[in-house]
Amino acid sequence: MTTHQEGHVNQEPAEGTIVVCPDGPLLVRGHFEIVTPAGEPVPRQRRTVALCRCGASAIKPYCDGTHKLIKFRTDPAAPADPAPADPGP
Amino acid sequence: MHIPEQRGPVSAALLALLAGQPVENGSALTELQVLASAQLDQTADVIEDEDLQLALFCLYELHYGGLDGVDDGWEWIPGLIAVRRLLEQSFEKALRTAARAAVPEVPPVAAGGSVSDGVATVLFALAAADTGPSLSKHVAKKASVGQLREFLIHKSTYQLKEADPHTWAIPRLSGRAKAALVEIQADEYGGGRADRMHSALFARTMRALGLDDRYGAYVDAVPAIALASVNMMSLFGLNRRLRGAICGHLAIYEMTSSRPNQLYGNGFRRHNFDAAATAYFDEHVEADAVHEQIAGRDLAGGLVEAEPDLLSDVLFGATAAVAVDSRLTLRILEAWENGRTSLRTGLPAAA
Repeated sequence: MTTHQEGHVNQEPAEGTIVVCPDGPLLVRGHFEIVTPAGEPVPRQRRTVALCRCGASAIKPYCDGTHKLIKFRTDPAAPADPAPADPGP
Repeated sequence: MHIPEQRGPVSAALLALLAGQPVENGSALTELQVLASAQLDQTADVIEDEDLQLALFCLYELHYGGLDGVDDGWEWIPGLIAVRRLLEQSFEKALRTAARAAVPEVPPVAAGGSVSDGVATVLFALAAADTGPSLSKHVAKKASVGQLREFLIHKSTYQLKEADPHTWAIPRLSGRAKAALVEIQADEYGGGRADRMHSALFARTMRALGLDDRYGAYVDAVPAIALASVNMMSLFGLNRRLRGAICGHLAIYEMTSSRPNQLYGNGFRRHNFDAAATAYFDEHVEADAVHEQIAGRDLAGGLVEAEPDLLSDVLFGATAAVAVDSRLTLRILEAWENGRTSLRTGLPAAA
């Protein structure tokens, strides 16, 4: 017996997942290959990788953290349903 | 590691005790506790007390690789654990004070969004706000080869057992935070390849500069603040109560790593060291850009999501790391700017 998150009922986890990190890279985890347009493997040292999304990395296609220096922003921060302010204890 | 030179009455008494067979109790253990209490009462600053930090370092080492010639049976002798706890209580108190002084105001976790994203955002903000003097810029632009060696020696106390203190936390976590920590640590330990272990890459860098890569080879040369930096991780890692702090510590380490390691590598390339020598730094540029995302959101964020009360300890671990490591940086840069060595003793001739 397993429990399922809403929206994932009866669905096996995907072979690979891509986490879209806010203001940061794409974190790719699972089974996948990174290849050049000609299909040659791109050198890879680890199972889970962070792919550059800001365009400023010196080690593309991988992330080197430069997005933080250039203050790269992804989505404008606008929560659809902000929680009421915590009244505090 | 080899037995270090004593630095005062407490470390001297401890090392004398460890030279013998483990005893459950006895006058020597009692005497050690009395000496430790006395030294704690009169020390101006436990974080930079050479004698107390070395004693604590040796006590922790019993739980890691051990000390040459010291009976493994000492590890769980209650009287020795009591001494460790005595030192830890004062050390933790001093770390909390230092962390508050270094980062007086921590931004609140935003309400409304997911807790784990909010925790990651706060930790990234803390990392970005850490704008003290930069060791990495100095290493990149100015450091001599001799200073590069000193830099490696300070780092070696941790980097030759890199990741070990955080590994203590694995069985204390569950779910998302545990999976995250294991994923990071697997990478730290080379993903199954012994030669890719970060500690092995660091050893290679040390050898490239003609340094001894055995763990603890330079323990006598590093100052109390460098030992305190490692003792802090052992304190957080070995106490289940402080599992929040060890997760916060790892997160801030990962978040303040990619760019500095790029600069460290540049410093070694400036002196024409080859890719074997800089592999350690190059690896960290890429690895820690991955780890900082996992450590912030899934490890620290996942932990706070599961155990909301641990938020303050996550932030304590992160800010204590900032506080201690900025003191070590200041010490090193101050020495170098005045044309002095940043080590306690000169380099052993064998190096």
